[in-house]
Amino acid sequence: MASVDSERQGGPNLNATAVKILVAGGFGVGKTTMVGSVSEIPPLSTEEMLTELSVGVDDLAGVEGKTTTTVALDFGRITISSELILYLFGTPGQGRFWFMWDELAYGALGAVVLADTRRLDSCFPSVDFFERRNIPFIVAVNCFDGADLYQPEEVRQALAVDEKVPIILCDVRQRESCKQVLLTLIEYIIALAPALAGDRSPAVTSS
Amino acid sequence: MMSGDESWFDEAAGPLVRPYAMTRGRTRPASNKLDMITLVVAVRADVDTVTLDPEYAEILRLCQRPLSVAEVSAQLDLPLVVVKVLLSDLIDSGYMIFRPPMRATRVPDKNLLQAVLDGVRRL
Repeated sequence: MASVDSERQGGPNLNATAVKILVAGGFGVGKTTMVGSVSEIPPLSTEEMLTELSVGVDDLAGVEGKTTTTVALDFGRITISSELILYLFGTPGQGRFWFMWDELAYGALGAVVLADTRRLDSCFPSVDFFERRNIPFIVAVNCFDGADLYQPEEVRQALAVDEKVPIILCDVRQRESCKQVLLTLIEYIIALAPALAGDRSPAVTSS
Repeated sequence: MMSGDESWFDEAAGPLVRPYAMTRGRTRPASNKLDMITLVVAVRADVDTVTLDPEYAEILRLCQRPLSVAEVSAQLDLPLVVVKVLLSDLIDSGYMIFRPPMRATRVPDKNLLQAVLDGVRRL
């Protein structure tokens, strides 16, 4: 039994790695529905309180008795193996919760920006956010019943996103469709990896 | 009149215990930078309910298999910041171990990405 970890003898192993993908887009575009369509658990909701980070955003001077503001985050889980867990996080839509986006985006593999062709402008802030932080993203156009169908290239023009960014049509209620969206994103990230690697010289590590 | 098992307050009353009371006023963990998807797991299968506060015991019961910080927060219906403080206490006192998520880097690990791709394909 040479490989027994003496410190954690008898204890559980924690070999799993967690990764996350974000699902962004305007309010009511179907982020939580998409998370629920592919998650192995019903979407969970956690909340973060507006604490000292809110200084300058919410001026509480004079209203110290005010109830603490909270922002809800919906997320789902896909256990890929005992060693790999993928979390899908819906981003809070409202502009005043931007401070949450940085923590959410930290370490994310990439993002899906959900778009609704009836109000394309509602996904502009998400596109801006990921472009500015060099986080790989794709645009998935949620085809609502009765909504005018636009071709991906029309959406690309309207959003003015780079021609390399994949834009696909989807139905967030359909598991297969959501799966396809995720596959498109991951394949895009893999294709992008060499370019990102060339972006900066990789740190030399001995591990 | 109220029957025995009827609660004298309802959800509209808000939390009966202020969230930060559970953390004894602390709004951030003493150490351990815990991310939303940091995985945590209880070290032992048995939970010492005699000496531990109920919130700590509840977390240990929940974390018999690896869960993310966000999942613990959602299951306990407690804000992330409160859960981070409580988890940090349990880690510092040796009741739990944790594993940070993949490091944020501009150069993603190709094998990891391939594993995610294969995993989603199998869904």
